[in-house]
Amino acid sequence: MIPVAFDYRRASSARHALELLTEHGDEAKLIAGGHSLVPLMKFRLATPSVLVDIGRLDDLSYVRESGGHLRIGALTRHFDVEHDPLVASQCGLLAEAASKVGDPQVRHRGTIGGSAAHGDPASDIPSALIALRATMVISGLDGDREVQADDFFIGFLETAVSETELLTEIRIPKVPDAGWSFQKFNRRAQDWAIVGASVLVDGDDVGIGLVNMDNRPVRASSVEDAVRAGADAAAASAHAADDRDAPSDLNANAEFRAHLARVLVRRGLEAAGRS
Amino acid sequence: MQVDVKVNGAPESHDVEPRTLLVHYLRDHCGLTGTNVGCDSSSCGACTVHLDGEAVKSCTIFAVQVDGRSVTTIEGMAAADGTMHPMQEAFHTNHGLQCGYCTPGMVMAATSLLEEIPDATEAQVREGLEGNLCRCTGYHNIVKSVLACAKGSEK
Repeated sequence: MIPVAFDYRRASSARHALELLTEHGDEAKLIAGGHSLVPLMKFRLATPSVLVDIGRLDDLSYVRESGGHLRIGALTRHFDVEHDPLVASQCGLLAEAASKVGDPQVRHRGTIGGSAAHGDPASDIPSALIALRATMVISGLDGDREVQADDFFIGFLETAVSETELLTEIRIPKVPDAGWSFQKFNRRAQDWAIVGASVLVDGDDVGIGLVNMDNRPVRASSVEDAVRAGADAAAASAHAADDRDAPSDLNANAEFRAHLARVLVRRGLEAAGRS
Repeated sequence: MQVDVKVNGAPESHDVEPRTLLVHYLRDHCGLTGTNVGCDSSSCGACTVHLDGEAVKSCTIFAVQVDGRSVTTIEGMAAADGTMHPMQEAFHTNHGLQCGYCTPGMVMAATSLLEEIPDATEAQVREGLEGNLCRCTGYHNIVKSVLACAKGSEK
């Protein structure tokens, strides 16, 4: 499968990437690891006329401690997130979710920022960012702005990042003592989740992000509210599919997905220490 | 555009379209046909090569993205005198292949896996090869071959 022809521009800095995006407008598409975009281009579901390659911006690949947060550069690969000791000790849920993305070859190329900015409801990483209450740092030629993960994912493959902006950093509150669990249901190794759940239990508080339960990565707010009101895992998880518009496809219809969400959230809550 | 890649230690330079995938750069421009195209959609792993020492799927990378970097293919695994790489030897000894189509990708994925986890257990080998499909379903001997190469295994 051969993509439609395009012009290739390699960005030498984040600013250069933003200038190229501004120059080419909606004709251009950013490429980092390319493991979401290249398949879409090969199926000709995406036909950008200009590719702006940000894959060489090594200064956007990092994990740093900053007060009560971890700052993770958008170009940090899944493999590096998975094996980073700071991520493991401070946000173990994210390391676990990263370790479940695709397969080793995919994790050697795919990036946390690319996975988030692609905005795919079936992706693993966004559910963890929602559960962990991440802040997304979006850069433009006029400066940076911060968007909460809840407001970042707008629709199917649509995020708060505009055509002339670049997701540069993800900030995650450190939760070294929290319980967590990443639940992923699929039929075959390496497959996308049919449904997945990222569950964080931090004392009396709880954060739950769902995979493939709507047209975008979503928070299971009703479950969180029930847990905060004192419900146990079984009672709270009954609300996992409340107000959700789950997709139906060859793998599962919406009704089965709703069932899976309730089961996975219950298992996740129990594994994270909230029974 | 001109894309320069060090392939199996030797410099390659070819004028290709930006949309040229790495696997086609290797097969059609470098003449290295050991890397196979299987599913062509980053699921099966037949096209696995090493990019700066790490396993990647060459059907899902544009050649321009690796301009200036080093790629190793199955042709680069044996020594100059033809002595097989220990992983190739292990696949040979343990009959780790049937039709052979997935084998180059399996060998490249397995060597990258053991680079990261030298003493990999059977569970780690099975999980570590999740990105590589064998349509003959010959996984038993593939896993056996990789374990034979793992540190601490009985030779």
